[in-house]
Amino acid sequence: MSLLEIHNLQVTFGGLDALSSLDFSIEEGEIVSVIGPNGAGKTTFFNTISGMIPPTSGEIIFNGESVLGLDPNQITEMGIARTFQNVRLFPNMTVLENVMVSQHCRTSQLVVGALFQTKAFKQEEREIRERSEEILSFFGTRLIGYRLDQPAFALSYANRRRLEIARAMATQPRLLLLDEPVAGMNPIETAELTGLISRLRDEWGFTIVVIEHDMKVVRDVSDRVVVLDHGVPIAQGAYDEVSTNPDVIEAYLGRPVEAKS
Amino acid sequence: MMTDTSASKKLFEQNWKRISFWGSICALSQVFICLVGLPSELNRRILIESTLSLGYLFILWIPLVFGYIVSKMVELEGVENPKPGAADLLSGALTGLFGSLGLVLLMLGIDNLDMRDPLINWNPKLFRLLTFENSIGFGSLVWIAVGVGLGTVGASLHQMSSQIRKMVAYATFGLFSFAVLEDVIDDLSEGFRLEWLSDMIYAKKGGMTVTSMIVLAVVLALLPLITRGKFKKTVDRYRSDATPENQRRNSVVLFSIIAVLVIVLPWFLGGIINELLANVGLFLLLALGLNIVVGLAGLLDLGYVAFFAVGGYTTAVFTSPNSPWFSPETHFGISLLVVVVMATLAGLLIGAPVIRMRGDYLAIVTLGFGEIIRLLFLSDWLKPYLGGSQGITNIPAIDLGPWEVRGADPRSVFYMVLAFCVLAIYVSWRLQGSRLGRAWMAIREDESVAEVMGINTVNSKLMAFVVGAVLASFSGAVLAAKVGSVFPKSFEILVSIIILVVVIVGGMGSITGVMVGSLVLIGILGGPRQPGLLQEFQNFKLLIYGALLVFMMLKRPEGLVPTARRTRELHQEEYLQDAWLGDDENEEREEVGEQL
Repeated sequence: MSLLEIHNLQVTFGGLDALSSLDFSIEEGEIVSVIGPNGAGKTTFFNTISGMIPPTSGEIIFNGESVLGLDPNQITEMGIARTFQNVRLFPNMTVLENVMVSQHCRTSQLVVGALFQTKAFKQEEREIRERSEEILSFFGTRLIGYRLDQPAFALSYANRRRLEIARAMATQPRLLLLDEPVAGMNPIETAELTGLISRLRDEWGFTIVVIEHDMKVVRDVSDRVVVLDHGVPIAQGAYDEVSTNPDVIEAYLGRPVEAKS
Repeated sequence: MMTDTSASKKLFEQNWKRISFWGSICALSQVFICLVGLPSELNRRILIESTLSLGYLFILWIPLVFGYIVSKMVELEGVENPKPGAADLLSGALTGLFGSLGLVLLMLGIDNLDMRDPLINWNPKLFRLLTFENSIGFGSLVWIAVGVGLGTVGASLHQMSSQIRKMVAYATFGLFSFAVLEDVIDDLSEGFRLEWLSDMIYAKKGGMTVTSMIVLAVVLALLPLITRGKFKKTVDRYRSDATPENQRRNSVVLFSIIAVLVIVLPWFLGGIINELLANVGLFLLLALGLNIVVGLAGLLDLGYVAFFAVGGYTTAVFTSPNSPWFSPETHFGISLLVVVVMATLAGLLIGAPVIRMRGDYLAIVTLGFGEIIRLLFLSDWLKPYLGGSQGITNIPAIDLGPWEVRGADPRSVFYMVLAFCVLAIYVSWRLQGSRLGRAWMAIREDESVAEVMGINTVNSKLMAFVVGAVLASFSGAVLAAKVGSVFPKSFEILVSIIILVVVIVGGMGSITGVMVGSLVLIGILGGPRQPGLLQEFQNFKLLIYGALLVFMMLKRPEGLVPTARRTRELHQEEYLQDAWLGDDENEEREEVGEQL
């Protein structure tokens, strides 16, 4: 059984097909890249899986259960976490709080525990904190130490992207959706993050779907590549197959003029 | 040589546009304040015996402030700035003059035109006040002299050495507080058996005597000389002792001092001040609840008074023998349990339909619900159950074994309210640092992302509503027992608005801020129906609230005592600039370089 199965998915925005007849499955432990020109429907694909946009028709099955009609927080609880293309941290919360807060669906203490400072409450708080620090230290020294207590908006651009990944990791997902994780980073940072993506699978056991425009990253990390164009999947397969596929080249570069006439 | 000539401005080389702009505003504000009726109304309150009343003070502070503003210089970096000199004093004086001319025109207008129809205060009373019960000529001369003088003084504040400025500020604000807080000081000195002290400071008919004023001014001015930074040093040391152990010890010491003060002080206070403190406490309780809803979870609830009403009415129905339909006449403690249940239900009932709305929509809908609840209590439909506009009367005092909490004994009410406030503060403090508090903050920051990060936003928001509702209903319950009756009239929309102003002015999300806010606003100006320390302001309360709100939004949007987080939030750019100066970026690059 695949971890994520998508059958005939269609998303329509007022007559425009953002996604149509998408059939797709992801196996446990894979790293899959989704590429395609701008406006191809890649982010819509993520938004639909994470429950932010209801699909017009089709079926999304995660781990044997349908996620259609569930709220985003329920889907996160099932084990799907994501990052955003335009970084959307909680800017005025500290780095540590950003990671702590996303363990919400894995923890359970409510008002009573907090008011009476029960043993269970203290224990849980300690665990949340330790887990957060463990996750943050995955990114080297950049997000720990004095930075733990800095507000997220004070971080550099690359660090914000890292913190977003950390926040997604903290929801303890099985499937991690990364929306352009290296966009706007310099080559050194990109290279470093490419390494981290593979480590995320090997050390943390996440299955990963990446949207990425940087072909070097796509080549280095992905087991499989899916190409979307105008909401339709036009090719799937290993990077080398896809990169030489004439349809893909056409989608990116356009058709030669002679062929059109 | 060049720098010398460019450094000091010529006397008449003025920025006339600026002066006429601020001068006109100065004149308009003075005329506005006169026509609103502040001076005539407040003229009864004497600040300094046979010299100055609060009414005059309200006109006098204007030229001072505008003189200060107009002569304020923009300092440009890297350019030779002109030195402040006589020219600036002249700008201040001219601005003051402009203002006084406004008053002169007003006097001439009152003398020659009859505009009493739209403007109630366009009357002889104001005329007499402005002319000092003399001729127009005399009045004009005095006002011009005073305006020019005060404008110059305002301008000269920029040119004093900081030491002298500090002394002037201490003397002025000190004297102002002494004069305005006459009632409290009288009351306190009576409580401590020090009547001779207040007899010495204040004249019999009210106001300070001239001699005591001069003596006090000198003492107050010398105060900063004596202490000279010692206080600041202590605070700095307190701050720098940042080891958690020391900090904990310091907080414990601070907390016990405050606790002892709050518990002991009421014994030395008279009825009026205790009554005042009880009111402050009631509103603090409301404000703490709203602070959770608005400050932490970011849900702008304008119908908060509904929960206050639910608390009051539930207590009334369960304890009063006069309850028209159901009157079990239970003890306050038992009714309090019912209050909690009812408030929770009300929170869920009002919360459930509005919780899916965001931002402005939420504010409008809650505003509507607040009114609906009040109108329900007022309606004929519920009259057989809740008494309609007559309300429910005869609510008994709270019987606590050896003690009894009743309205006639404000001290007991104060202690009762204090207990609830301590509870509310504890609840706010604990929740802030809990899993739920973090979820609230995330929802405030970005609701959709919070949801994607696994937070059940509907439940968390409902929880905020319910916690806020329960705290508000406690306040309502104590109010009912204190006043002895509840009427729909006590639960107007104005209550919601004033509590919101308290939270905003105090500092959203900050517990200390909310405490300071309610002490300043409710204690000094008064609540919607409760008089504050300055009872004279009763009619102008809303005007002052409004002015204060506008001022705070413009100058200090984070509130009087903000949380560190909120200050950063509102001054993000400056903060980022500082971070940039701290060379964070370079460090970043180096780190990356090292690792590769």
